[in-house]
Amino acid sequence: MMPRAKLKAQKVEAAGALLAGRELPAGGAWITKARTAAAARVASMGLPSKRDEYWRYTDPRRLTAPAPEAAKLHVTDDEAPLFDGFDRLKLVFVDGVFDAQASDALALPGVEICTLADAARTDLHWARDLFGALEARGQAPVERSLASLNTAHATEGLLIRITATPPKPIALVYRRANLAGDAMVHHVIRVEGGAEATILENGPMAARFNQVTEVDIADGATLHHIRAQGRDHERAGITHLFAKLGAGAQLKSFTLSANGALVRNEAVIWLDGAEGSAHIAGATVGDGAFHHDDTVFVTHGAPRCESRQVFKKVLRHGAVGVFQGKILVDQIAQLTDGYQISQSLLLDEDAQFLAKPELEIYADDVKCSHGSTSGEIDHNQLFYLRARGVPEDRAKMLLVLAFLSEALEEIADPAYADDLRDRLESWFKRRS
Amino acid sequence: MLQINNLHCELEDDSEVKILKGLSLTINAGEVHAIMGPNGSGKSTLSYVLSGRDGYTVTDGSATLEGADLLEMEPEERAAAGLFLAFQYPVEIPGVGNMTFLRTAVNAQRKARGEEELSAGDFLKLVRAKAKELQIDADMLKRPVNVGFSGGEKKRNEILQMAMLEPKMCILDETDSGLDVDAMKLVSDGVNALRDAGRSFLVITHYQRLLNHIKPDVVHIMSEGRIIKTGGPELALEVEENGYADLLAEAAA
Repeated sequence: MMPRAKLKAQKVEAAGALLAGRELPAGGAWITKARTAAAARVASMGLPSKRDEYWRYTDPRRLTAPAPEAAKLHVTDDEAPLFDGFDRLKLVFVDGVFDAQASDALALPGVEICTLADAARTDLHWARDLFGALEARGQAPVERSLASLNTAHATEGLLIRITATPPKPIALVYRRANLAGDAMVHHVIRVEGGAEATILENGPMAARFNQVTEVDIADGATLHHIRAQGRDHERAGITHLFAKLGAGAQLKSFTLSANGALVRNEAVIWLDGAEGSAHIAGATVGDGAFHHDDTVFVTHGAPRCESRQVFKKVLRHGAVGVFQGKILVDQIAQLTDGYQISQSLLLDEDAQFLAKPELEIYADDVKCSHGSTSGEIDHNQLFYLRARGVPEDRAKMLLVLAFLSEALEEIADPAYADDLRDRLESWFKRRS
Repeated sequence: MLQINNLHCELEDDSEVKILKGLSLTINAGEVHAIMGPNGSGKSTLSYVLSGRDGYTVTDGSATLEGADLLEMEPEERAAAGLFLAFQYPVEIPGVGNMTFLRTAVNAQRKARGEEELSAGDFLKLVRAKAKELQIDADMLKRPVNVGFSGGEKKRNEILQMAMLEPKMCILDETDSGLDVDAMKLVSDGVNALRDAGRSFLVITHYQRLLNHIKPDVVHIMSEGRIIKTGGPELALEVEENGYADLLAEAAA
């Protein structure tokens, strides 16, 4: 094994090489301060390496390489875009660049929205307390330097402040036009006390993407986050969701990942106030050259909070699924209710699921459980369905969708879950 | 209706284990036949081989349903052809609603037979009426298939599926196991309501008790993979009184 100091030196050197000659984007005082601090974090942490314990199952080289690999554009005109049927505020990004022409006006009752580019030109902005701040907090106990890289260099994104429950969801729609787009997008979302909002994200961001979303959910506020990461096969990307929750605050985040050569979604959640609740869920379907990594870190930092992590992966033809999930319970966090389940359904012998569930508990009166399983389609269930006349393909699809449904059930509004379920059904039909 | 001729089968994974050893049986349309026999005689295996479960190799003999070769068909084709197996241990399927399961099955069979699929409205009306007769409430229809169902609920759910699918040939594999007296009555009434000149039944059971409720036309005694004796309902009573020992000895002699 490589000595630590040598590995660190290599990582720092790689960061230096990547950033050499790259100037920080110009901006007002508040953002320049945040970017400068983030750039210093990248320089001192270095870039992630396959030799890092945290990157043991996923090779970060495609994410850290100086230039992205090209990724074919996937034509998806065989189905209407997801969430098209919903009344929503639609905000479009093309290859990670905000497209005002294609978007609705940045106006919604109860919501202040501004692009990162516009906010960066001002000297003072409400987001100054959050932008880069949650990302910086997320650097311990595990380093996530690609998120710092994003804070330092992202010029695109939205700053969304929800002061009162808006009448409709805010939908971020990602489209690709460039074969080798390299997107860096940074959103900040603050939900003020008592408000409840829904953020939808849909589509492939770019051939390569690095997305950071910093979320602050104030006391008694609720955020629903439903994300689907597109259908193109060759894309590579990493996303970080950093979210802190106040007392009685709720976060429900669900991600559907289909296809994608290399995608890692990290969620770093802090339950800072008593009786907060965070549900992080994901459904993943991979067929062929596919590597998907869900890495979740939930910290219970206050008493009587509840957290759930529900991740389901269906894999075949060499697809690889990774789950790293941790629940950390601070000493103060008595009466914590923590739950974590990660399961994979391997449709053939070539598929692979790697799971690392972890609990670290310092309080003495808590209820925490975790489970991880890997299996194939249940033959008894399959025969039962077939014996009732359901053809084999259809029976398998029913069982696969049933397997994924526990994750979909984490979505509060069944209308969104139904839309996603239809997409999953189509996904399997295209392959059967 | 169902014609089984000299059927031989062994375990797919272990050809040394022969289970059916020359079983022959003919069930005419409208008849109810019962098969009784000691543990390990091959009764459940017969039901699995007829319905197409993996794990068995048929080495000789034939089985036809209205002249069509059952053994050549996939399980779903057998179902569409009119064969129904009420499972001894109905399978739990978390994540699939009972109603979705029923509608998928009914429409898959109709489609396979070239019939039009039932509309959502017609299906709902039908399932509600049939469920009511079996005292299956709306909650049981909504829950995932058999998940959290009691033994009696699972068996009632099997009969509901049978009532919805309207098969020609029904095989009941130890439908009485795990049932209390009231549940047995309910299940039997459900079966009897389906008795019809065009529909046949093969009732596999350990006990004569069920046959008080579902009156068979013919009773077969099975042992070591073959039918060793065939008679009327009185044969079941004889077993109830004296056990299998005399019959087995008689067959061996």
